[in-house]
Amino acid sequence: MQDLEKYILRIADSTLIISHRLSEWCSKGPTLEEDIALANISLDLLGRANALLEYSAKINGNKTANDLAFRRDDREFYNFQLCEQENGHFGDTIIRQFLYDCFSLLFFQELSKSKDETLSAISIKSLKEIKYHLRHTHNWVIRLGDGTETSNQKIQESLNKIWKFTGEFFETDDVDKKIIENKIGVDNKKLKKDWDSLVDKVLTEAKLKKPEDKDMITGSKEGIHTGLLENILSEMQCLPRAYPDAKW
Amino acid sequence: MQNGNLNTIWDILGTVPDPEIPVISVVELGVIRNVEFIENEYVISVTPTYSGCPAVKTFQDDIKTQLKANNINNFKIKIVYKPAWTTNWMTKKTKKKLKEYGISPPEDIAQCPQCNSTNIELISEFGATACKSLYKCSDCLEPFEHFKCI
Repeated sequence: MQDLEKYILRIADSTLIISHRLSEWCSKGPTLEEDIALANISLDLLGRANALLEYSAKINGNKTANDLAFRRDDREFYNFQLCEQENGHFGDTIIRQFLYDCFSLLFFQELSKSKDETLSAISIKSLKEIKYHLRHTHNWVIRLGDGTETSNQKIQESLNKIWKFTGEFFETDDVDKKIIENKIGVDNKKLKKDWDSLVDKVLTEAKLKKPEDKDMITGSKEGIHTGLLENILSEMQCLPRAYPDAKW
Repeated sequence: MQNGNLNTIWDILGTVPDPEIPVISVVELGVIRNVEFIENEYVISVTPTYSGCPAVKTFQDDIKTQLKANNINNFKIKIVYKPAWTTNWMTKKTKKKLKEYGISPPEDIAQCPQCNSTNIELISEFGATACKSLYKCSDCLEPFEHFKCI
């Protein structure tokens, strides 16, 4: 696999998997408005994943976006493990999405400066959407954190539980380094400081305590995952697995 | 001759309604970025509104159907991402159509399309389609949709 193809695939996979997780809320949201909001955010992410998968497939030359989404096993997926974590209760989902939105805002701001025109164009478009996704999750973090004693306690637990998965946002390996050198990719390590201050600001307002960076989970760049990804894929890919020749 | 043909294509595209808001056409929505004639083929550049808008696929199919119905078969649709679609491309006329249809058009301040009041309350930033948010008018009490500015 070419470096650029893999680089794009990693971004696409995180987007696709967190989109799928959000889609699981459809018809189960705590209120009708929230059900619609989560489905809307999921759809935006799915569209972004599709654009990225199509681009990765184009570089590959022998695959389609559908092949990439539906004909790979969990060890061939490179999404952040944060994205595959279970929805849990509403607070768990909101915290997961909030941390990812903060990362996405900073990441796509940098990627929009890429020398690669397609990546830059997809980033500029995505940023418009990320801004209101973040506004939504940011508002909820404050409402739940600075809400009742119970809501504060519950969302603090959600935060403590998911925190160890945030380290992967800021990792770079040899593939990244080459893409960064070519001024196409983003140096994720450099995003950590801004991400910390963005997250700190909201957590303080929400009266939540930021957990320490310890025992951080790693491995997704090599296709290592929590067992949860396999559960997602068995549902997401069930149709092409059962009927390999099925067409839209 | 060639220019004449391009105008014909624009006219045909002007009759393809937005699948979600049939009162405006895909041209008025601003998603048709360019029509060219290259090597005996019309190339229609289309940009998506919202990344995940399900209507994107539908309006591509509708464009194909409408062109074929007008005996135009030598065309292809090209998806372009740059520049990113913005509601600023909608003309005043298009915004007026939206308002008459009952949707508050994409202006910085939402306005009740029924009674024009700006004394309104946001119900949800997310509506029945990706492009709209939900409001309620505090004067006439009617709920309404607002086309988000992006």
